[in-house]
Amino acid sequence: MLHLYKNNGYNIVLDVNSGSVHVVDDVAYDVLDLLKDREGDRYGRESRESIIPVIMEKYKDESVTEQDMEELFGDLRTLEEEGSLFTEDTYQDGVIDFKQRQTVVKALCLHIAHDCNLACRYCFAGEGEYKGDRSLMSFEVGKKALDFLVENSGSRRNLEVDFFGGEPLLNFDVVKQLVAYGRELEKERDKHFRFTLTTNGVLLNDDVIDFANREMDNIVLSIDGRKEVHDRMRPFKNGEGSYDYIIDKFKKVAESRKQSKYYVRGTFTRENLDFVKDVLSLADQGFEQISVEPVVAGPEEPYAIREEDIPIICQGYDELAREMLKREKEGRGFNFFHYMIDLSGGPCVYKRLSGCGSGTEYLAVTPWGDFYPCHQFVGEEQFCLGNVDEGIVNTELRDRFKMCNVYAKEECRKCFARFYCSGGCAANAWHSHHDIHKPYEIGCKLQRKRIECAIMMQAACSDGEF
Amino acid sequence: MRRIRTLTNLKDTVKKGGCGECQTSVGNQSCENK
Repeated sequence: MLHLYKNNGYNIVLDVNSGSVHVVDDVAYDVLDLLKDREGDRYGRESRESIIPVIMEKYKDESVTEQDMEELFGDLRTLEEEGSLFTEDTYQDGVIDFKQRQTVVKALCLHIAHDCNLACRYCFAGEGEYKGDRSLMSFEVGKKALDFLVENSGSRRNLEVDFFGGEPLLNFDVVKQLVAYGRELEKERDKHFRFTLTTNGVLLNDDVIDFANREMDNIVLSIDGRKEVHDRMRPFKNGEGSYDYIIDKFKKVAESRKQSKYYVRGTFTRENLDFVKDVLSLADQGFEQISVEPVVAGPEEPYAIREEDIPIICQGYDELAREMLKREKEGRGFNFFHYMIDLSGGPCVYKRLSGCGSGTEYLAVTPWGDFYPCHQFVGEEQFCLGNVDEGIVNTELRDRFKMCNVYAKEECRKCFARFYCSGGCAANAWHSHHDIHKPYEIGCKLQRKRIECAIMMQAACSDGEF
Repeated sequence: MRRIRTLTNLKDTVKKGGCGECQTSVGNQSCENK
């Protein structure tokens, strides 16, 4: 399967099943466009006799000769023989048995606080409470969760624990206790914990920053971009905006971490479809690790992204890619989470097909110790998998998530982005279709666009420009 | 390859993949078992 597209002056060919990427001229692009759905011998006489005259007619003013065309067909045949063009999907037919695959738990999202000091309008956690009561996780519950993780991690050494909320810094003492306990477990059980913290910044101070810089592999700082956009969506409970209260603290975190191992992370809605201005606002404030992402919300919400918004958002993604290349050239580049793509390395095909592992390898833990497939399912009682005392009780539900892979979703099986997307987000699928195997189409369209932009940027960066 | 510039085979990862040591995510992560 080939995916051909044009972006920013580049003609790009993605050989989907191998992961190979080629940048081609207009003639090769048009030939591949005619060849891509052709069955049988693509380079045989019949194929040449039907394609070459069409191409030569189209490019007659550019003196494309028959010899040129023969050479091109030879090159394409060579690439196919080398396994980087028209590669077949051989993973689907039993190479990977998702049902029998042994999975272990390797990551937990600890809901350390179901409480928040902000009242963000778009919060899927409903001011941090997840449709329930305000609650803070006790050290005892957190300790049992870490014990469960270690006991159920098999031979996996690298384990991850996210401190999440609500606002985790409302329960900072327990965060510190759990990190200390995790460090003890590392020594006893030969494990390595990778801790992360997500915060709205309100309670950040020098002590928290010092602790985070010692212990947190990643820290996520929630900020939406321009002050007026941020304040409209992320007010305090009294209605006042929170931007001025957090911006300098976030700059301090970014600098103290030497501009790495953090993200400023924003959400855009249909109220700021010009979100590129928010990304650039964050870059202009000096942040170098940036993510600004489309809101996930029910269609009844006035700020939810709609189908009709997709063209303008895609235009924004193109504009952002071009601006990032320009800034890179000027020596003031920055990273954008969704444009970071590893074309030559990256994870194995098992990982690419099974994605985030929610519900099997990755679980969210409520303050009272219940397990859910991920933080976006918390509060949906039917998705409760078990708890820290009894372990996984609902094995039928776990096995349903275990089968959550690219080939379980009809739309994904034929999508060019499947090895860079892994079948999308189960929570988004559930919230849009009440079916974890039916992808959220708006999310798919935006994801495909972002992958196209990310590959184009790699093509530009390898073009001798940089 | 006058008209083609190759930027960059997933099949190679079938035999030696699947260790699960990688970070929870897919497009930009790395394999931690190489």
